[in-house]
Amino acid sequence: MRSSSDHSLEVQGLSYAYGLKVALRDVNFSVKKGDCTILLGPNGAGKTTLFSLITHLYSSREGDILINGINVRKQPCRALADLGVVFQQTTLDMDLSVAQNLFYHASLHGMKRKQARARIEEELDRLGMLDRQDEKVRQLNGGHRRRVEIARALLHKPKLLLLDEPTVGLDVASRKGIVDHVHSLCDHHDLSVLWATHLIDEIKPTDQLIVLHEGEIKAQGGVRRVCDGGSTESISQTFGRLTRVGSL
Amino acid sequence: MKGVHAILALKGIIKRELWRFLLQRERFVAALVRPLVWLFVFAAGFRSTLGIAIIPPYETYILYEVYITVGLIGMILLFNGMQSSLSMVYDREMGSMKTLLVTPLPRWFLLMGKLMAGTFVSILQAYVFLLIAWFYDIQAPWHGYITLFPALVLAGLMLGALGMLLSSFINQLENFAGVMNFVIFPMFFMSTALYPLWKIKESSELLFTLASYNPFSQAVEFLRFALYGQYNLYAFSYTFMAFIVFMALAVWGYNPSKGMMVKKGGSLS
Repeated sequence: MRSSSDHSLEVQGLSYAYGLKVALRDVNFSVKKGDCTILLGPNGAGKTTLFSLITHLYSSREGDILINGINVRKQPCRALADLGVVFQQTTLDMDLSVAQNLFYHASLHGMKRKQARARIEEELDRLGMLDRQDEKVRQLNGGHRRRVEIARALLHKPKLLLLDEPTVGLDVASRKGIVDHVHSLCDHHDLSVLWATHLIDEIKPTDQLIVLHEGEIKAQGGVRRVCDGGSTESISQTFGRLTRVGSL
Repeated sequence: MKGVHAILALKGIIKRELWRFLLQRERFVAALVRPLVWLFVFAAGFRSTLGIAIIPPYETYILYEVYITVGLIGMILLFNGMQSSLSMVYDREMGSMKTLLVTPLPRWFLLMGKLMAGTFVSILQAYVFLLIAWFYDIQAPWHGYITLFPALVLAGLMLGALGMLLSSFINQLENFAGVMNFVIFPMFFMSTALYPLWKIKESSELLFTLASYNPFSQAVEFLRFALYGQYNLYAFSYTFMAFIVFMALAVWGYNPSKGMMVKKGGSLS
């Protein structure tokens, strides 16, 4: 099934449950090409479940997920080829070097060594990590590990990048560096991004916003529109009202 | 699935397993020490009390050490298969399994690649063990070391697939102790690795039946014949079928819409 729209990601009528516990209920949204879309929700809102479904780690029979118009459930290999992912938990091999981790990822995406080396150097250079490529991941701090993971997710030039709370546990400077870098990728490289977070200060006024709470979408649209819908100026207040978790 | 992509990915998976293995030298040493202790201590102690009659593929009376050597190769493959299972549970807990599973290649291929990588490492260990045994005067005909190779591949894949299947059931690393007690030890002791079937039959009919149907027994017999340049069709067929069944169940277990993944979550209806 191919969609004719200009969306990088379309989620249509998606529901999922862990036994009797509903994690997602009739979720519908889309991410336009080149947009940075923030998936905002408190802990336990269903963000990670949604990411597991988009990446085909889980599969649901209810609803459809289309990446660049390709149905993830029906054609997972084709759909996943255009996807880059940064998971909530670090997924790097701690005992291997930065370069070894990246070469491993490049080979999984069918990149030849020469091409892989060029892409690794390009991405590490862009993130200021080129001189650290021979260091073991274990020796890097949390912020640098996250940068390596972003570089890895971009190696095969995906059209859609998923980031599941990538800044959790990082200091303010590292967080800002990652937020700015990802936004610049959307602005200058036409990359579409879906960024799950519960941290309001990571949202920029130009972003698209989806508020997810208890497995349901409570609001979506441009940041301004979502906030105006609640007759309030602050994202924090809107988020508090929609999720009843108080202002962050 | 494009052929070049698949080959590059397979190369990458095997290379990663080798990098990790070379970094964990203690794992290599530990994997070798276990069978060597059995060979030098256990087998040497039993040499005088346990004579082995002439049974195929042996053409003469043999020392117990000679008999047990093939069983210990099986032990290397068995423990490595379970070690892979442990590392898959660890990878899943640590998240690096996700990196593999979101790769744009069929899941069965990715799991097969992981299995082949683990088997490759097992085979390296088996040959190092055989080299040490050779210096200990346990020597097979030279061509046996070549004919052993395909048997090592199949036996390694079968035991690795069993480990993979178990890993799809195990949610936490802590549960791995159960695998040791309920899978590895019974499989090893109720097999022909330590004693030939006729010897087991002398002491217990039940044990004999269990050992006969134990896929590990058949894998060991397949290896035993292969090391002496012979081909045991029954053992091969049994090992091959066991591999197909374990692998199919493991792929089912790792299927996101079926198997054990459904236990973690599913659709609403």
